[in-house]
Amino acid sequence: MSDVAERVKKIVVEHLGVEESKVTENASFIDDLGADSLDTVELVMAFEEEFQCEIPDDAAEKILTVKDAIAFINEHTK
Amino acid sequence: MVTPLGTGVPFNWDSITNGRSGIRAIEAFEVSDLPSRVAGMVPRGDQPGAFDADQTASPKERRRMDEFIVFGMAAADEAVKDSGWTPEAPEDCERSGVMIGSGIGGLKGIAEGAVTLEKSGPRRISPFFIPANLINLVSGHVSIRHGFKGPNHAVVTACSTGAHAIGDASRLIAFGDADVMVAGGAESAVCRLGLAGFSSAKALSTGFNDRPSAASRPWDRDRDGFVMGEGAGVVVLEELEHARRRGAKIYAEIRGYGLSGDAYHITAPVEDGNGGFRAMQAALRNAELNPEDIDYINAHGTSTPLGDEIEHSAVKRLFGEHAKSVSMSSTKSAIGHLLGAAGSVEAIYSILALKNGVIPPTLNLDNPSDGCDMDLVPHEAKERSVRYALSNSFGFGGTNACLIFGHAP
Repeated sequence: MSDVAERVKKIVVEHLGVEESKVTENASFIDDLGADSLDTVELVMAFEEEFQCEIPDDAAEKILTVKDAIAFINEHTK
Repeated sequence: MVTPLGTGVPFNWDSITNGRSGIRAIEAFEVSDLPSRVAGMVPRGDQPGAFDADQTASPKERRRMDEFIVFGMAAADEAVKDSGWTPEAPEDCERSGVMIGSGIGGLKGIAEGAVTLEKSGPRRISPFFIPANLINLVSGHVSIRHGFKGPNHAVVTACSTGAHAIGDASRLIAFGDADVMVAGGAESAVCRLGLAGFSSAKALSTGFNDRPSAASRPWDRDRDGFVMGEGAGVVVLEELEHARRRGAKIYAEIRGYGLSGDAYHITAPVEDGNGGFRAMQAALRNAELNPEDIDYINAHGTSTPLGDEIEHSAVKRLFGEHAKSVSMSSTKSAIGHLLGAAGSVEAIYSILALKNGVIPPTLNLDNPSDGCDMDLVPHEAKERSVRYALSNSFGFGGTNACLIFGHAP
């Protein structure tokens, strides 16, 4: 597992208060991990801070799963 | 209830009637550049009665609520559990409401949010910033947790908030809008910004930084301002027959509620105390009682040079000869001024004084000011049977509330 994936999962565990085992790459923040719309905004902010990148609103709307987040960050950071 | 003495009604009552003080030197944040460095802070840690936030909300939940909401929810959880009212039928849920207010709301959270905005820009403001700091979100969270779908409301009348919330909620029941109301106030404004603001208004005690437990001294001639406090007080109010039918434990009956405005000054009480006088008068009229029926007054008594004597003279004027027989104390001497939570915390102390026949003391009252010659219950609690207890709350803006409690009928 890449370093990015681990850091993403750690943030998800901390922010959503879910068990690490539930945070699989295919897990949906809203459907599987109990997030609401405000949680997802906060999650995106946490990713921005952790990875020192900017995630525009239209891109953020498409980040629905753990995998989506990892892919976006891998693409937009070195 | 959650106060600087600790968590829970039994622990609080034991502490306050044993003359303990919850006022300490502030260690949680930098105070060296502030004139007032003492406060009544809710004890955290391992000691008996300490507040354990995890019991109320998970760390995840707490990231989205300022601490006044956590205090309010903790007090509401205790009150609801003690009441035994856990409605499940839709019609029962819809007849159960919440009215918990705050004087200031999320001051700490707003202050931190402003710093984040300035330092890091708008994109770093949490989506929870607004709901974490809104005053009515105590009522919102409590309704969500307990499924109370009746009236959902929040009072904001500075230091009269807690008393107004209980009074107004009782009227919602009397008007038929609900059968059960969870009511009170919550506050957590003890932070650098709160202290700086009240200090600039010359409202706080500054002369007892080296003797914190002596700083709040209502009616004492050496008093020099109030001491900030934090916490929450919440009660469950219920229509009498509704409570009787389900065999509820009834602590007391709300007999009277009176309100008034000073129409005088934003922070100072009107010199002849007629605002407080008229609130007490209105509560007595509402209760259909006379001053002679009151045995205990839980005073607003904040320990400010101006306010204490004005309240004392207003009571003497209203009570006449009976002022010599009534006992009056200020529990702010032990816990400081809980602002929006003060009225509801003091309502609980008043109800327990009535129920238990014990008057909590006024700490630090070594030398009463000239003219303060009523029984102000200095230093030690005293046993005394109480027929009716009256509780005063006065707030910035000249807003006054008075509650009268009687024994369970």
